[in-house]
Parts: sequence; C-alpha cells; structure tokens
Amino acid sequence: MTAVAWERRRRAARRTLTAFRADREGVAGLVVLAVFVGVALFAPLIADSDQLHAVNTTANPTWAPPSEFLPLGTDNLGRPIWDQLVYGSQVSLLVGIAATLIAIVIGTVVGVAAGFFGGWTDAVLNRLSEWFLVIPFIPLAIVLAAILGASLRNIIFVIGVTSWPVTARLVRAQVLTVKQRLYVERSRALGASSAHIMGRHILPNITPLVIANATLTVPIAILSETTLSFLGLGDPLRVSWGSMLEDAFSAGALGREAWWWYLPPGLCVIAVVLAFTLVGRALEAILDPRLRAGWRG
Amino acid sequence: MSVRYAVGKVLGAFATLAFVLVFNFFLFRVVESNPVATLYRGRNLTDEQREQLTHQFGLDGSKWEQFVRYVEQTLQLNLGRSYATNQPVVDEIWAAAPQTIALVGTATLISMLVGIAMGISAGWRRGSGRDRLLTSSSMATWSTPDFWLGMILLTVFAVRLGLFPTGGIEDPTSSATGIAKLADQAWHMTLPCLTLAIAYVGEFMLVMRSSILDVMREDYLTLARAKGLRDSQVRDRHAVRNALLPSTTLIAINFGFVLSGAIAVETVFSWPGLGLLTTEALRGPDLPMLQGLFLVFSASVVVFNLIADLAYPFLDPRVRYS
Repeated sequence: MTAVAWERRRRAARRTLTAFRADREGVAGLVVLAVFVGVALFAPLIADSDQLHAVNTTANPTWAPPSEFLPLGTDNLGRPIWDQLVYGSQVSLLVGIAATLIAIVIGTVVGVAAGFFGGWTDAVLNRLSEWFLVIPFIPLAIVLAAILGASLRNIIFVIGVTSWPVTARLVRAQVLTVKQRLYVERSRALGASSAHIMGRHILPNITPLVIANATLTVPIAILSETTLSFLGLGDPLRVSWGSMLEDAFSAGALGREAWWWYLPPGLCVIAVVLAFTLVGRALEAILDPRLRAGWRG
Repeated sequence: MSVRYAVGKVLGAFATLAFVLVFNFFLFRVVESNPVATLYRGRNLTDEQREQLTHQFGLDGSKWEQFVRYVEQTLQLNLGRSYATNQPVVDEIWAAAPQTIALVGTATLISMLVGIAMGISAGWRRGSGRDRLLTSSSMATWSTPDFWLGMILLTVFAVRLGLFPTGGIEDPTSSATGIAKLADQAWHMTLPCLTLAIAYVGEFMLVMRSSILDVMREDYLTLARAKGLRDSQVRDRHAVRNALLPSTTLIAINFGFVLSGAIAVETVFSWPGLGLLTTEALRGPDLPMLQGLFLVFSASVVVFNLIADLAYPFLDPRVRYS
C-alpha cells in the first residue's frame, strides 16, 4: 500500500470521526456502550464470581429486596442480583459480538462472491440467502440449539449462521456498483487479477458499509441470545441476562412481585441494544453512500 | 401481471419449500444419534420391541429410504408422532394453531394500524417534537425483549392491580359457554395481545415513517401543492398512498411470522398455542414435534411471501409494466 493511499484513508477516518461527533444520539450510544464494556471487562473488580453459585450463598437471605441486601437484592437461592447482572454483561456482549463476527464474515464472503463473479455463482448464492431469509429465525435457532445442545459456543454459532443473509444482500449490492466504476475497469485493462481487484478496490470500498451493518447486527444478536436463554437454550453453566429472566420466571418471581430480580436484566438489554442501534444508525448515516445526503433523518 | 412473473414466483416458493423439507430432514437425522435408545434409557427392550420402535419412528433403512418415506409422509400431512404424548404431531399442531392465530393475528392487526398512523404523523412533520417522541419511543420498544415486556405487564396489571388473569386461555373453574366463554377468552388474551402489539408497533412506525420521507421529495407532491390542495389532502391522497407500498410487503411478511412470532410471550402467559407447544417440545427434546412445528412455521412464511409477491403488481403499476 502506498503512502498516498494511507494518507487518504487517514483523512477519511478523521472526517468520519468529526461527523460522528456531531451526531448527539450516536455519541450518547457510544458512552453507554463504553460503560457496559467497562463493566464486562472489569467484572472481577466490582463483583464476586463466587456469589454466582448457590453453594457459596447459604449465608445470604433469599428473596431479599434491595433494601435488605445491597445493592440490588438476592434471588430465591440467595445469589446477589448485582453479581449476576455484572457477569451477565460478559455473556450478552460476547455472544452479541462473536455471533456478529461470524455473520459478517459469512455475509461478506457470500455477498462479494455473488456480486463479483455474477452468473451461476450469483444465482445459487442468491437463492441460498433467500432461503435463509425466509426461514423463521427464532424457530431455526431454537431447533439448532436443541439439536446441538446448550452451550456458549453453540449459541454463538447458531445466532451467527442464521444472521448473515441481510449482510450478504447489502454487500452484494454495493459490490455491483463498485464493480462498474471506471478505476476498476482501468485496473482490469492493465491486467490486474481478480484477487488484486478484490483486495485493492472492492474490499476497501465495502468496509465502511460492513462496519455500519455489523454495529446494527450486534443488537439483534443480543436480543436473540436473551430470547434463546430465556427458553432454556443458553449455557447452563454461565449466567446471562436471558438466563436470569428464565430463573426468575420459573422460580415464580412474578407472583411474588420480586421485581428487583427481573427488572434490571431487561433494562440492561434495552440499554445495550438501544446503544448499539444508535451508534449503528449514526455510522450508517455517515458511511452509507445512499444515506449520505442526510435527508432520511 | 404477466403469467411468467406469477409462474416464476410460484415455482420459487415451491423450491423454497423443497429446500425447507430437505433441510428439515437432514437437520434432525444427521445430528440425532438414536432416539429410541435415549427415550427408553434404562428400560429392558427385547430386540423385537427395539426394531418395532425404530420402525415406528421411521428410523430404519438407509438414510435415502428414510428420506423418501419422510417426503411421502409429509406430503400426506403425516408428520409422525410426538415422543412425549405419542399423539400425531399434526393433530397437536392443528389444535394449538387457532389460539396462536387469534392472539398474534389480532396483535399484528392492531400494531399495523396504529404503527402506520404513527409513522405518517411523524414523517409528515419530520423533526417536530411529535416526530422525535414517536421515533424514540418506537426505537425503545423495538429494543425491548417482548417476553420481558410481558413479564412487566403481567406483574403490574395482573399480579399487583388484579385487573387481568395471570395466564391461560380461560377460567378453568367456570362453566360458561357461548358468548360468555368467548368474552372470558378475550379477557385472558388482552395482556399477551397488548404485549405483542407494543412489541410490533415500532417496526411498522419506523418503516412507514421512512417511506413517507422517501416520497416527500417527489415531484407529484409539489404538483399537488401547486394545484392548491390542502396539506391533509396532499398527505392522504398522494403521499400516503404511495408510501404504503413498502409497508404492504412488511405486513405480508409479518403475517407469515404470525404462527412462530410469539414463542416466548406465549410461554410467559401460558397461552396454549404453537409457542407454548414449542417450549414444551424443547424439554424432551421432542424431535418430531419440533420438526413438525419448524416445517409449519417455515411454510407459513413462504406462503405469505408468495402472496405479497403476487399482490405487488396489482398495487404498484411500475412492477406490472416493467
């Protein structure tokens, strides 16, 4: 890569950053995300993982509201809600980000292959994405998780392999427009290989779109994780916000109005999902050429 | 509409259904080891009994023979027997479907009407206080796990205030019939229906708003204004009619997801529909039941997508003549 190209990319990155700073909602989302990522990374400093297991919490009161057990009360086994909430953030963020990475990689490979090679490859891959778009997502994830078994790895895999078609379609459309550009034709006329064109022209051009799309895929993955864990398909050995809701529901917390148990995990899911969506929409408005005019609001 | 377009769409739908069938078969057969051994673990079976059970579950013969038999049986609407209850899967799905259609269908209708009205009102006055309020609350409800919202509504309105029942479809102790029975069921349906309607309304609102924003720049709106039409006439006669197109697709897709849309919410409210059937089947896991449910869920989406594709040329002349 030449120095000129790098300089150009640095300038483009700086422009994006300036535009992003001007987007108040995007910045607010980013701040919320930073808080949650901080909580997930420094979980051992602010919470006690021993307290997640009922064998270590026999001294605690059970069903204690926040007023009786600081800061957020305990569940039916005396496990503090605060520690579960803090460690739960790790699973939700990990599943959201890892599943999105899988979906983005599959989606980009399929989209680039379909758009770049066209013809039969395109027809077959298009059909395949259409199939995956049509198959109802949550039931498919349920069936896969039921067959593969409940574990963190499987839940990431299941959400990842069911979430890629939207990315594939977006990438394909963008590749089709980039392919028509003059500099690609010029490059081809000068004898450049497909690999060269893809690496130097196509991929750099679709990267911004992929980044914006990835940011918007994470919240969907986090919501899916919450639902699947609530249905009992999460990792039984790790606490997540979804599994907290499942525990609360099956322990009868609703009838006992133990709101301190099931209110916080839901609020955390909303906060993280909303934050990712706000950041994603801000990035999309800046990076997606079709929205750049800014009329969509 | 050209015949070619229609035939193409119908064939495409059949291809998708065929894919779902093949996918469904391999998903459950290739991974699954031996359900007979799993189900009758710890019991002494004679070889004869074992063979009979293997045959009953359709697990004897080569994979290819199994596949042919599976396709034949599915086409005859025989989806096998549930491992859990030993009843035909079709019968159980058939019995649970009406409850789901009533619940999710009503919720989809309500959220559709409310969401579209909200989207028009927000998009037409873009950037106004009302727009900001409607957009941000739609994004907030979109970000909320639907079953969690159900849990909260259940605690507030059923447990705390006692206004609604906490679950089920009717009062098991009542012997009401006719209208009284229906009223009781409607009363039981209110909270889950409200939950789903709130969960769905945001998407309709956001899609309708952005299609209104799309048509706002069109020349025909300028022309309509130049003709001296009132603002509400420009909106209702010209903007809304054109902006409704993307929403019709969304509506069709949403009706396709009616059957599978409320798995977690039905569980929260113990609403005896397909969603509750799914969560119960997960416990075994009751594989034939899951397989049958998955097939029905997918088929419903395919059918409604086909309806949307076939209806589109009637709604949009640009598709008809291109």
